[in-house]
Amino acid sequence: MITTESTVRQVTLAQAIGEALAEEMRRDPRILMFGEGTATKRPDLVAEFGPARVRNTPLAEGIIAGTAAGAAATGLRPVADLLFAPFLCYAMDEIVNSAGKLRGLSGGQFAFPMTILAMTGAGWGVGAQHNHNVEAWFVHSPGLKVVMPSTAGDMKGLLKTAIRDDNPVLVFTDIGLLEQAGPVTDAAIPLGRAALRREGDDVTLISYGKTVATCLDAAARLAEQGMSAAVLDLRSLKPLDEAAILASVRRTGRAVIVHEAAAPCGVGAEVAAILAEKAFAALKAPVVRLTGPDAPAPGNFMLEQALLPSPDAVTAVAARLCAGPVPCPA
Amino acid sequence: MHLLDLMDALRRMTLIRAYEDTLVTLLSQGRAGGTCTSVGGEASAVGVVSALAPEDLILTNHRSAGHLLARGADPGRLLAEVMGRRDGYCGGFAGSLHVSARELGVVLTSTIVGGELGLCTGVALSQKVLDKPGIVACFFGDGAAAEGRFHESLNLAAVWELPVLYICENNEWQAYVHRRETMLGDGIAARAAAYGVDSASVDGCDVAAVFDAAATAADAVRSTGRPFLLETRGYRLRGHLEPDDQAYVDAAELARWRGQDPLDVLRRRLEEAGLAPAELDAVTREAEARMEAAVAFADASPLPDPARLLDTVYA
Ligand SMILES: Cc1ncc(C[n+]2csc(CCOP(=O)(O)OP(=O)(O)O)c2C)c(N)n1
Ligand SMILES: [Mg+2]
Repeated sequence: MITTESTVRQVTLAQAIGEALAEEMRRDPRILMFGEGTATKRPDLVAEFGPARVRNTPLAEGIIAGTAAGAAATGLRPVADLLFAPFLCYAMDEIVNSAGKLRGLSGGQFAFPMTILAMTGAGWGVGAQHNHNVEAWFVHSPGLKVVMPSTAGDMKGLLKTAIRDDNPVLVFTDIGLLEQAGPVTDAAIPLGRAALRREGDDVTLISYGKTVATCLDAAARLAEQGMSAAVLDLRSLKPLDEAAILASVRRTGRAVIVHEAAAPCGVGAEVAAILAEKAFAALKAPVVRLTGPDAPAPGNFMLEQALLPSPDAVTAVAARLCAGPVPCPA
Repeated sequence: MHLLDLMDALRRMTLIRAYEDTLVTLLSQGRAGGTCTSVGGEASAVGVVSALAPEDLILTNHRSAGHLLARGADPGRLLAEVMGRRDGYCGGFAGSLHVSARELGVVLTSTIVGGELGLCTGVALSQKVLDKPGIVACFFGDGAAAEGRFHESLNLAAVWELPVLYICENNEWQAYVHRRETMLGDGIAARAAAYGVDSASVDGCDVAAVFDAAATAADAVRSTGRPFLLETRGYRLRGHLEPDDQAYVDAAELARWRGQDPLDVLRRRLEEAGLAPAELDAVTREAEARMEAAVAFADASPLPDPARLLDTVYA
């Protein structure tokens, strides 16, 4: 296998997004980017690629997403920045009904190589109309792909792959991670592959986004208590790396799924169902989810943080599962 | 600007009518599903599509048969699609509501009311950025003009200078609701001015008038690179979704519009121009024969393999 020499540098996740965009736009002239304030906020991209490829739009998320879908189906590879995830509600039709379905409905006549960017999660105290982890909605819609990276390196590599993918990909940015720095390279990271952040034998902590760090924290505490926890970062929610999930849980026999999004019909529910269907015999304890509440996120920085799954809670639940036969978690 | 060949227009309009009549019959026999027919909209479809160039692209909606056939769609393949057969334009996966035929330049048909309005700007952006010849014609109904997407679309096309010819086919009906219940004012065309978009309104029952207006509008889009809104005023002569007894339709209003059936209007004009009724009847028989062959073709076409469904979801 040939590996390209690419230098490792430290950048923030926000900078990683900018790097991925610039590198991909440099590579492929069909890529263009637009959104509310995109040109204003990315003067470097405007300077390099010109105003035809980096555009400000009117405040109209539906037509932004629709324009991306129409352009994608006819030769361009647009990236649309829809800012905050709840704004996707205004663009649902174009993303779900058009970009997601018109390939299948048309018998495969069109492809939709487009990327949708949206931010979500606790971190800015902006409340539920700017912070709502809706990623599972799109996992539930045919024709779409969904990623939510937890590191700057993954953001860069996955965004590059999303832009190269011939399907609509939603790339969710966890607001709480925007300023976190990490190593990046120029390499694209394939969709559909989870990252095993920590090996472990007693329990698998499965997560994505900012709660991956929560799980790593919990795993360190569990180690102090003599328990070995694996941490699996899903990072790609659709396609989902079933093989990695099954491999780890078959080894540990226990799974705690942790995410900021609410529990009902969320990604954790899907993972739990996969484990029940395909790893039942290997399970030594019930699969447990620790999630954010099924409530509008408060516009209150303190409450926002308080409602996140905590390292303490993850540690306690995992330790209880490891302690012995658990008929049913409280 | 080229001239409309009225006999050719009659042939296409007659084929559209024969196609829809055939579909209604097949439906009554349980051989096809419900469909939104374009009966009454033939002059709008043929007039506009005849004014387009081969490289122009078309977006349409649930009431698309007229646009497709006017563009030269094969009635056999169209019928095969509606009957769910493999030789349909979409391999039998679209049914009657989402027929796209990329080979004909009919792209991204959406049956979400206003869906095409949300997509046409992107198609036009591709044409513009990739420097491709051809404008984008986007057909939608008077009902769709109530959707927010209509406004978002016109506004974006105006500020980004996108070559979209918007065609609002105002047929007075929005499913089971009459237009006068859902809007003040008399038409849609006037709304364009608010977005800095030029517009025109034309008698949608007169194919020659539609053609002239559409050719002028298409020329404007082509030469300026900016959008234009053309409203064609006609009437939905059949129900919304077949079968539909139209019990909710005012009988006097329907009768009045039946008197302006676009096919009769054109036939009268051709008769006045000296064509013999026998020549015109021959057009009808020719269309009926084509539809007979189309039904045979669609009937003979196999059903799609259900396993193929998953093949087309992702690229
Ligand atoms: C978003 C959405 N709302 C409602 C419908 C149901 N529906 C299908 S066609 C139609 C009427 C559309 O009226 P108009 O735009 O005037 O087009 P016409 O059918 O008269 O050609 C309705 C309400 C739909 N398909 N999509
Ligand atoms: Mg209507």
